[in-house]
Amino acid sequence: MSPAVNHWTFGIAPVVLAKTRPGATGVRWPFTSGRAREALSFCACGSTTIMAVEFDGGVVIGADSRTTTGAYIANRVTDKLTPIHDRIFCCRSGSAADTQAIADAVSYQLGFHSIELDEPPLVQTAANLFKQMCYRYREELMAGIIVAGWDKRRGGQVYTVPMGGMLVRQPVSVGGSGSSYIYGFIDSKYKSGMTKEECLRFTADALALAMERDGSSGGVVRLAAITESGLERSVILGNQLPTFFSA
Amino acid sequence: NNENDDDHDGFQPVLFVSLCRNTLLEANVAKLGCSLPPARKTGTTICGVVYKDGVVLGADTRATEGMVVADKNCSKIHYISPNIYCCGAGTAADTEMTTQLISSNLELHSLSTNRLPRVATANRMLKQMLFRYQGYIGAALVLGGVDCNGPHLYSIYPHGSTDKLPYVTMGSGSLAAMAVFEDRFKPNMEEEEAKQLVRDAIAAGIFNDLGSGSNIDLCVITKGKVDYLRPHDEANKKGVRTGDYKYKHGTTGVLTKQVTTLQLEVMDESVQTMDTS
Repeated sequence: MSPAVNHWTFGIAPVVLAKTRPGATGVRWPFTSGRAREALSFCACGSTTIMAVEFDGGVVIGADSRTTTGAYIANRVTDKLTPIHDRIFCCRSGSAADTQAIADAVSYQLGFHSIELDEPPLVQTAANLFKQMCYRYREELMAGIIVAGWDKRRGGQVYTVPMGGMLVRQPVSVGGSGSSYIYGFIDSKYKSGMTKEECLRFTADALALAMERDGSSGGVVRLAAITESGLERSVILGNQLPTFFSA
Repeated sequence: NNENDDDHDGFQPVLFVSLCRNTLLEANVAKLGCSLPPARKTGTTICGVVYKDGVVLGADTRATEGMVVADKNCSKIHYISPNIYCCGAGTAADTEMTTQLISSNLELHSLSTNRLPRVATANRMLKQMLFRYQGYIGAALVLGGVDCNGPHLYSIYPHGSTDKLPYVTMGSGSLAAMAVFEDRFKPNMEEEEAKQLVRDAIAAGIFNDLGSGSNIDLCVITKGKVDYLRPHDEANKKGVRTGDYKYKHGTTGVLTKQVTTLQLEVMDESVQTMDTS
């Protein structure tokens, strides 16, 4: 056995991975005959729109609810806002399998760390755990994650960990394939010092616009507001979405 | 290299020792003049539904090897634990072995905790194993059961992602089955209504998808009881032949007959008794 097959490459030589990994070659129709894998394949930045906004006292996070395998919507009511700890959430975009596995691993590590500390963990800690995993396994993973939450030291924080494993804190962050369509909207409409309700409206509007234009995003809008006192989750169904001009 | 420290970080890698041999075989197959055996796949329609008292799982019974039906009546609803069953689509060997492995581990876990196993536990074990193998284990599963927290239904994809939903379909016939579900699913259905819905969804797969066929198996799981209905509906019974190509003796007239006995000598006779005690 070649000594180069180290345990941290999952035991699979990079050449084999590059040939069969679905992301690079585009989406693949599922369940076809032959050796095609029933892959949960996504386009390069993940078929999703996710968003997070800081406000004084907490954060607002939002996501669409569509998971696709090729052109088929495997789950039209996905919950992409995953709790990592009581006051820390992550928004997942990219490969569903990769992000679910990473989120499970980080929840475990963070829970362990929190018990050791006997204190609620910092959002920055959670973000760094995501970054370490996403950076170390950057060649194997396809995951764009936004970590957001509240802690006592710095209040509401949003950290973005895009594909490749960068970590940066931002007051507002968007991700996923649908994010490209709303950068202009975000840049023009965001102002610092918004209240929680304004942030919720802003996020819902942005996600609705992205879902309107991006074929890989859709379904319902899931929102969550995380503050010191707790968590408020809400769902905006398809017929209740904010409407804009349509030709 | 301090990579060994992170064995408890939740990421467990794996080594593929046969990978070198297999890639060599695949590369040289043209020279050898034969073709690799196609994996037996369960083309398949599988689905599950959560109803008032529990879950109903359904599956067709056709297993294909390329374009040929290898098994007309295979069983795709696998036992995981007394209260949890799992339907499998994809490569037949992979679904069989994976479900058996998790069933075994779950039984040990259940004996260790002294409790009835939970569906979420089975889901975790399956997704972590499939993710470890990065999609190379072609097993797409519908996992359903009833535990202390009520009825649960999960769909599990070969790469290790899972969805927890009130109704799911998987396999090549999943689109046909999902169409039936999206039309007629209601929350908190009665048992007969749920069984009819699942039966119709699998039937849609059987009759509209080439990879699915034969009969419909159902598994109804409620608190404390499991009804494994195999077959629930023989939708494709083999027809009865109306004619016969055998001809009676005497149909062809005999003109001459010559009998030649073969000269055989008995050379040696030995008797060996078998111990049948």
